[in-house]
Amino acid sequence: MDAKRATELAIIANRVRKDALTGVYNAGAGHPGGSLSIADVLTYLYFEEMNIDPKNPKMENRDRFVLSKGHTAPALYGVLAERGYFPVEDCATLRKIDSYLQGHPVLDKVPGVDMSTGSLGQGVCVAGGMALAAKLDKKDYRVYAILGDGELEEGQVWEQAMFAPHYKLDNFTIFVDNNGLQIDGDITKVMNPTPIDKKFEAFGWNVIKIDAHNYDEIEAAVEAAKACKGKPTAVIMKSVKGKNVSFMENQAAWHGTAPNKEQYEQAISELDQKIAELEAML
Amino acid sequence: MAKVATRVSYGNALVKYGNDERIVVLDADLSKSTKTDSFKKEYPDRFINCGIAEADMMCVAAGLATCGKIAFASSFAMFAAGRAFEQVRNSIGYPALNVKIGATHAGISVGEDGASHQCLEDIGLMRTIPGMVIINPADDIEAQLAVKAAIEHEGPVYMRFGRLAVDDVNPADYKFELGKGVQLKDGNDVSIIATGLMVQEALKAADMLAADGIDARVINIHTIKPIDEEIIIKAAKETGAIVTAEEHYIMGGLGSAVTEVVCANAPCPVKIIGTDRFGKSGKPAELFVEYGLTAENMVAQAKETISMK
Repeated sequence: MDAKRATELAIIANRVRKDALTGVYNAGAGHPGGSLSIADVLTYLYFEEMNIDPKNPKMENRDRFVLSKGHTAPALYGVLAERGYFPVEDCATLRKIDSYLQGHPVLDKVPGVDMSTGSLGQGVCVAGGMALAAKLDKKDYRVYAILGDGELEEGQVWEQAMFAPHYKLDNFTIFVDNNGLQIDGDITKVMNPTPIDKKFEAFGWNVIKIDAHNYDEIEAAVEAAKACKGKPTAVIMKSVKGKNVSFMENQAAWHGTAPNKEQYEQAISELDQKIAELEAML
Repeated sequence: MAKVATRVSYGNALVKYGNDERIVVLDADLSKSTKTDSFKKEYPDRFINCGIAEADMMCVAAGLATCGKIAFASSFAMFAAGRAFEQVRNSIGYPALNVKIGATHAGISVGEDGASHQCLEDIGLMRTIPGMVIINPADDIEAQLAVKAAIEHEGPVYMRFGRLAVDDVNPADYKFELGKGVQLKDGNDVSIIATGLMVQEALKAADMLAADGIDARVINIHTIKPIDEEIIIKAAKETGAIVTAEEHYIMGGLGSAVTEVVCANAPCPVKIIGTDRFGKSGKPAELFVEYGLTAENMVAQAKETISMK
């Protein structure tokens, strides 16, 4: 990828992080850690890859996206707002009574949300159904989903892991946000889902391992997924939970905790600093 | 007329109305039992076997529905409503998707397989999901028309079918209206409100009561949700005593739905006939007797209810 474009995407991703934190801070509740870790891949998908139209969110042949790890809705709302589906200011209404930005994504309530999620394990299976629909209708739209690495402990993920290769859903790409942490701590200590890559390979997936914060690698993985015929693709992304906020990085405690005023202001200042540095590179 | 199990009606109706290209039928390795194999034979491209994975099947059905499909997800009631309850609630009910759940082998009439497969709680489970339509047909024609109504209705529908072959209770020119109860016999002393294969028992009970000089009204409630409040309130006001009958636990099913309507609108004594414990292996007819799902019990309960007026 062109270095300038990668820098531009990184700037947008940091704005998405700010939107997510602004939502969680104002709500006094929510999931910052995993929202920050998926901001780069979300930005790539919504700004670089997917065939979508913010003015026509229900466009029939659009690419679909399902946030299977629905608790990181703040990042999804951030990227949708930055992409123009709704005003960025609305991110501050997250989880408030009367806001359309519910704690977890809701179909039809939020422009651009393709499926209600929140109960782990279900979104990836729904996304498989969407990919199957495209195949049945002989349409060429693609379906993307992001799962948590802790989410892999849900049994039904592996039901879908059998299903998608069985029906040769090569229009289906999942990203595993492998930040290594779940609510109760290190994923390998809570209930070890590793080796993640070998498991998906054994189930018949095209598996690609990347750095979740490197746009060249994200782009290469998405292109390789599109080139792969007859198999779905699982992109295992090594990511940093709490990415780009120093005191949140790699801390399980920031899985589902809102920052206080002082912490929020520090986080925003760090992200503003990152954005300024990136803008200076343009 | 030959007896027909409503699961067979389900399979036949899927073939009959299946020429609609939007229809996709999913099953979880039970197509020979749920009778979706009839559809598979006719429309192989629109039949999807999900393997023994009901949680995934419900979510795949939801995903298909978001893309404009009418997805029929089929399994035994125990696994469709029981095992996959939370998938049905969160991925079908909450987003109000156009998924039709074809749940066969409901109730104790599954018989010999025993309690693990005798689903007696599905109506209660499904009733708690906002927007879920629940249909429990009594015979072949009603089951087939229920499938047609489910296709025409936009939104989630739970259809409950049986394994046991049953007699027709409805005429050949029967008109099915979603959400409307059917008065099969008028009467003023007591109302027997039944659903599914208890409807034929209710008609027998009415004949037996007539022999004792008691004039019983018989109402078939095929749509348990949304329930026909009007026909129930009218029965409560005009007969002042109600017996309900269903092949389901006494908690959460038709009896609960009827008492909710009666208590709020026209209080009168109501006796609920249903099961109160896990089922067991046996022939359906033997199980009906052991669990009180008989015309004889309806007669006894009717008399007791009348005495409470």
